[in-house]
Amino acid sequence: MTEVLSEQVGSGSRSGALLEVDNLHVEFHTRAGVAKAVNGVTYSVDAGETLAVLGESGSGKSVTAQTIMGILDMPPGKITGGEIRFRGVDLLKLPEDQRRKIRGEGISMVFQDALSALNPVFPVGWQIAEMFRMHRGTSRAEAKKKAIELMDRVRIPAAKDRVNDFPHQFSGGMRQRIMIAMAIALDPEILIADEPTTALDVTVQAQIMELLAELQRESNMGLILITHDLGVVADVADKIAVMYGGRIVEHAEVHDLYKNPAHPYSKGLLESIPRVDHKGQELYAIKGMPPNLLEMPSGCAFHPRCPYRRETCETDVPPLYTISGTRGSACHYWREVIDEGQR
Amino acid sequence: MKASAESILEVRDLVKHFPLTQGIIVKRQIGAIKAVDGVSFDLHRGETLGIVGESGCGKSTLAKLLMALERPTSGSVRIHGKDITKAKGAELKRMRRNIQMVMQDPYTSLNPRMTVGDIVGEPFEIHPDVAPKGDRRRRVQELLEVVGLNPDHINRYPHQFSGGQRQRIGIARGLALQPEIIICDEPVSALDVSIQAQVMNLLERLQNEFGLSYIFIAHDLSVVRHISDRVAVMYLGKIVELGTDSEIYDSPTHPYTQALLSAVPVPDPEGRETRQRIILQGDPPSPANPPSGCHFRTRCWKAQDICAQQVPVLERRPGSDHPSACHFAEVRDVVNAQ
Repeated sequence: MTEVLSEQVGSGSRSGALLEVDNLHVEFHTRAGVAKAVNGVTYSVDAGETLAVLGESGSGKSVTAQTIMGILDMPPGKITGGEIRFRGVDLLKLPEDQRRKIRGEGISMVFQDALSALNPVFPVGWQIAEMFRMHRGTSRAEAKKKAIELMDRVRIPAAKDRVNDFPHQFSGGMRQRIMIAMAIALDPEILIADEPTTALDVTVQAQIMELLAELQRESNMGLILITHDLGVVADVADKIAVMYGGRIVEHAEVHDLYKNPAHPYSKGLLESIPRVDHKGQELYAIKGMPPNLLEMPSGCAFHPRCPYRRETCETDVPPLYTISGTRGSACHYWREVIDEGQR
Repeated sequence: MKASAESILEVRDLVKHFPLTQGIIVKRQIGAIKAVDGVSFDLHRGETLGIVGESGCGKSTLAKLLMALERPTSGSVRIHGKDITKAKGAELKRMRRNIQMVMQDPYTSLNPRMTVGDIVGEPFEIHPDVAPKGDRRRRVQELLEVVGLNPDHINRYPHQFSGGQRQRIGIARGLALQPEIIICDEPVSALDVSIQAQVMNLLERLQNEFGLSYIFIAHDLSVVRHISDRVAVMYLGKIVELGTDSEIYDSPTHPYTQALLSAVPVPDPEGRETRQRIILQGDPPSPANPPSGCHFRTRCWKAQDICAQQVPVLERRPGSDHPSACHFAEVRDVVNAQ
């Protein structure tokens, strides 16, 4: 597959990482107004690396992922700026037939709700085999054989007997495994997992996260894990991008961020986790609510909720200040936030 | 959080089987879903009892039985000594006033065509003797203030509020009849992380203020630990372990509790490479056809012959000071537990 791809898109320069999102802007035009869902997001993932994108609903984390995949509904969505470079080539400038080739073979995605992402009227084996038939022109019998192999690879017991079963005949965890089988069918170099375990129980979540880690080790994929769960992030991520109001507010190596966050929002999130030694005390809570995308606060989007707020925050949008190497924080007063350390 | 020894809710051998039938005209019962299968516990005044378990373990059916929204197959639920499962008519209505519920999803549990005032005031329509008609508006505004909402928003509709605010409306409705017991069925799981802490703090404040007892059902184990005085772990319709929060989280003895705790991701990347984790294989079996003996034996690494033959009783086991339903109960340090 690598050859196929490099023929098509390998002509670009490969200076940076495998996948780079560069200053991406996405808006939604609705009757109520223009919602700026993504306002200048920049991140990158290399082979074998895990990037966690952390954020609440409406922070723009899923819209960014959909734009990378090229599955954003347009209209109402509109990409108003930025680049998405895969192997150095800007995907946003490629014609649809070439993007289609990359989808699945270069970059693929696992969705949150496996039951609604799978087609209820076709057997799961047929749906996995579709990847081979469509992208490779494999014969039906051959594709089915490969589907069974994949179901084995994602550890679905008795794959041979279950290949003709329908999605509703599987449990939530097994359905998510089928989604993963479809996503890795063509050996993608980047896998985007959008809240892959949010709908699952903790014991099943542990199974799925372990499976993803194993698959990543085997094939050296780059993994973009979109989640709001600080526990899952701490478990698997190499790098973290914390998103708020369509922006990346902090970018850091996982250990640095948990040890000493550099943005008031990441700090607030970490402090609001219930901890054993705080039992019986009031939990720290970030006051207020996430911003309304139609009426974004002026200046820093977090300022109405921020304990470090000053006048400048209400007028000046903070850039992503470089703290050291790959670490960045979009807070005018990041030095103060870091110096104070964790309470 | 100062729980007294007086128990206001006593649940004994509660069983709920939903029949599985076959045939269209002549229905034959071919089996039963054993959703709740012999559950007993006490709830003390001012206490929070956390209930944890995977989906399908019977947590929500249990909540419905306590609210008398479902009739149990057998067993009893006594509130102040009176059995709510046998109560009828006016008596049932009076008893229900004392036990209220906060639902999981604030987006679907509020009627979109009713104003906040109507939603929070509806309990007064059903129980008119709690608040006389002329006084209701003021009472509703008081309730809104108690849960931290603006009393002037009484005429707004649910869609004008955010998720966290809607959950506050649900809580205000639960408080309206001044109940002693509130059942919270996953009250924070539909909320954003930064909002969860606000709602948890509100629930704790209300408990201190009004001396409420909570049954707190959730799948997020760190949230349950934070708010609960005691915790019950459920698996396939049975309580498998019951103890104070530190007994359950620091010295769990049932293998299922241990696996559940070790599966919870710890929000701290330090030492993640060396962390030990018990990963259970497969999914929970169907409650229509649970394994013989111990329900957990099919996924348990300690299972022996006796586990298939004898149902383990929930009782205090040697070497531990809280009840556990395992033949081989043994304290194991699960470092992961938050």
